[in-house]
Amino acid sequence: MFFPISGVHINPLLLGILGLVIGILGGFFGVGGSFLSGPSLFSLGMPYNFVVGTDLIHIVGKSIVAARQHRILGHIDLKLAMAMVVGTLVGSETGVDAIEALKRSGEVNLVVGLTAIAVFTGISIFGAWESWQALRKSRATPSDADGQKKDILVFDRLAKLFHGLPLPPRISLKQSGIARISIWSIVLVSYIGGFFSGFLGGGAGYIRMPAMVYLLGIPTHIAVGTDLFEIIISAGYGAIRHAMNGNVDILVALVMHTGAAVGAQLGARLTQYFSGPWIRLAFAPLPLLGAIMVATTLITSHHS
Amino acid sequence: MKEPIQKVLHYIAIELVVYAILAIAYFCLVLQFLGTWLAELFHEQRIYYVVASVLLMTGQAIGLERLVTGLSHIIRSGKK
Repeated sequence: MFFPISGVHINPLLLGILGLVIGILGGFFGVGGSFLSGPSLFSLGMPYNFVVGTDLIHIVGKSIVAARQHRILGHIDLKLAMAMVVGTLVGSETGVDAIEALKRSGEVNLVVGLTAIAVFTGISIFGAWESWQALRKSRATPSDADGQKKDILVFDRLAKLFHGLPLPPRISLKQSGIARISIWSIVLVSYIGGFFSGFLGGGAGYIRMPAMVYLLGIPTHIAVGTDLFEIIISAGYGAIRHAMNGNVDILVALVMHTGAAVGAQLGARLTQYFSGPWIRLAFAPLPLLGAIMVATTLITSHHS
Repeated sequence: MKEPIQKVLHYIAIELVVYAILAIAYFCLVLQFLGTWLAELFHEQRIYYVVASVLLMTGQAIGLERLVTGLSHIIRSGKK
């Protein structure tokens, strides 16, 4: 089928199936899925500028669906989400500025590529180790009334450090079970997520979700739901900027989203059946997949 | 209270089939009726294109979420 805005021929069924897969991943892990959808759209023949913008607006639609489902399940901490908005937007701008500065130096592909590989691999290895240790520890603890294991965090040293930051104002996050935390800790974590969203593209859920768990001590289910809310903000902001520059094919995004809408709901519903450490363990290989994709792109573009 | 996972997966399979039929009909309609108009907006009035894109995506997200939720309720109540 011909899409007149980007001028490409793509089978709409493939777009729907791609959307469905990304939707399930997004609803389950609280990520945008750009590490998968970006390279897939590119391989379907879409020019790269359209890939980035179209992917972002599709992520917004998918995250709205998944976030609504997580809200029904009580997995969104709105107070935390609101406190993160400013850091996310400022971080996103800084990330875009860093890209522009690297473009001027002519080293953008290499620096962004190597950073992405280092960050993705680090998150994967650490996440796999921590969640495996947490699963081993959780076997010794009793299940709750629903037969669900308690969300155990093995590596909580950084979270304790962030909770102990004495800078005012300090707020309480009842939904996340946090008595007092400095708002600056939250701003810093959201800034990091926003920065990587602007620097590496996508909604940066692969950074923000683990950062909320390991740095702020947010329970995994709440981190997944709240991250989706943040993705709507960061990806929405990026999508509008890209649309203004003519980088969004809304028809491709709408077709992809028909699959993503159902996938996102399914993924969100399935989170009820897995404990926090299981979700984190299943999440661990995803950033590694992103690292492999980036490494492959770097190597092939180096040779071409 | 949570339903058993096997039951949930069974409902999901039925929902997917019904949803796929509706979704295919829907995106054929969207491409047929909105394709040319959106392409013209894209080339001639970028601001309106941006506004239309955001509204369409948000509207579709909310509409499809309600559709999937509604389908889920209908299939579950039909099975019970």
